[in-house]
Amino acid sequence: MASQNAFPTGVRRIYFGASVRKTFSNIVEQIIKRDERVVALLGDIGVHSFRESMELFPNRVINIGILEQSMIGIAAGLSKQGLIPFVHTIAPFMVERALEQLKIDFGYQELGGNFVSVGASSDYSALGCTHHCPGDISILLTIPGFELFAPGTANELKQAIESSYANSLPTYYRISEVSNTEDLSNTENKGTLVKEGTKCSVLVFGPMLDKTLDALAELDVEILYFYKLNPIDKDLIRRNCQSGKILLIEPFYSGTMTSIVSSLIPKRSKIVTIGYPREFLRNYGTLQEHLEFIGFTEDKIRKAVVNLISVD
Amino acid sequence: MDSAIGTLKVIRKRILEVAFQAREGHIPSSFSILEILYSFYLRSSKLLQQNDCFVMSKGHAALGLYATLEHFNLIPREWLDSMCKFNSQLGGHPDMRKIPTLEASTGSLGHGLPYGLGLALGKSIKGENGSVYVLIGDGELNEGSNWESLLVAKHRKVSNLSLIVDFNESSERALSLGNLREKFESFGWRVVEIDGHSLDDLERFFTQVNSKPSSLPTALLAKTVKGKGIKRIENSPEWHHKTPSQQELEEFILELQ
Repeated sequence: MASQNAFPTGVRRIYFGASVRKTFSNIVEQIIKRDERVVALLGDIGVHSFRESMELFPNRVINIGILEQSMIGIAAGLSKQGLIPFVHTIAPFMVERALEQLKIDFGYQELGGNFVSVGASSDYSALGCTHHCPGDISILLTIPGFELFAPGTANELKQAIESSYANSLPTYYRISEVSNTEDLSNTENKGTLVKEGTKCSVLVFGPMLDKTLDALAELDVEILYFYKLNPIDKDLIRRNCQSGKILLIEPFYSGTMTSIVSSLIPKRSKIVTIGYPREFLRNYGTLQEHLEFIGFTEDKIRKAVVNLISVD
Repeated sequence: MDSAIGTLKVIRKRILEVAFQAREGHIPSSFSILEILYSFYLRSSKLLQQNDCFVMSKGHAALGLYATLEHFNLIPREWLDSMCKFNSQLGGHPDMRKIPTLEASTGSLGHGLPYGLGLALGKSIKGENGSVYVLIGDGELNEGSNWESLLVAKHRKVSNLSLIVDFNESSERALSLGNLREKFESFGWRVVEIDGHSLDDLERFFTQVNSKPSSLPTALLAKTVKGKGIKRIENSPEWHHKTPSQQELEEFILELQ
């Protein structure tokens, strides 16, 4: 994949759509059909997508209600019985409202489970801060043993689920309305060196790869891509990132990945991030407007890199 | 039953001695639920096939649980002798990854009922026999997660789930629960009320809940006394998380005999 011209440039590739979310219900419905250990708990969302399997497997596809603490606790009990729970709701209600259930019932008790959220940082842009969750990844990084995925494509989500759903670990899958054009799924969920370069190293986590590639196609910078965030592909970061100038493209709270990355790169490297600011984003509007406001634009990414390259 | 009463005195003495030695342990909470724990594990030790699950949600009563497990030879005696030391298997709240016989690691209140509901649903999905018993304190009923789970258990007819409430009126210190029977019944649960220190009542409950099938989950309101067995400790908030001095230990042991 290491090529200067891995993707055509000059086209606006970023797109929004329900494709990854739609894929989720398809993947899980397929798994439910072939693996009788799997039980899906829906927090009264995604019910329409699961209507077929709810009819076929009423005991294993359950719209449990709007009660996130109980939903996670119930999932843990199912897991202790040897079953494999999938839990699905909007990110803040899963991660923030039921955090202690994730921490104790799954993390501390070392039980496996699958937590699939929608909404990401501010996909529900017009609905306001109650439905935003830019903190999910940094919060879940505080629970030892949690696997974290931020898939950028439907195939990456499929690969993540297929490889992890039955591995007895708690795993979080962050579904976003933003997706990447190029699928970089691989069997070990490793990172990918998308573009080689020497002046600066840009690390992209999940969606936002298209913008980054378009912004930096002409510059002598390397671009690394990751859809598995924890445990992250440390070797790829260690083998690369020698430029001493690092830009993190984080579609969640800015700085979320800083401490992990900084432990893997040469000392005295300079790290800059483009991500959600640590404040309540009280604007409404479209997701596109949110992304532009935050700095997920070709122009702002290019400027950040040019600035980084120019400083000593 | 007389020998059982004698046994329970021995277990209470062990609890006092371990708390004295470790300078740790919630004695009144442990004494409040001791007959409940003893009855469950006695019954389970007699069953040829053990299909039941027990979740002690009120993890702070760990010392009572440990002493009961020790009595039924489910943990080695050395474990309790070294409770709460740096490398101990047994701490102030139980860790199921250190105590294989346990179903849950508890300590934060309000986790046991949703978890036990999941265990019970899991049994149904797998077509397994046996019941799931979750023991909580009445104070723990302040936690909203319980009430969420009461709704789900009724709606999904989780009849293999029993919630045992150690009803020692701890909640009254902060929040009156009103008429608990009415509350549970209004949530659609079958309610049984007993004396939580009566081994006869408890044996009858554990036998009947299994022999009389119902489509409803069951709430057992077990009326208990916090600190049961030692007058100075009974219902004394001061003793909630206090351990005895040498002199108090001797006095309490005398009182037990």
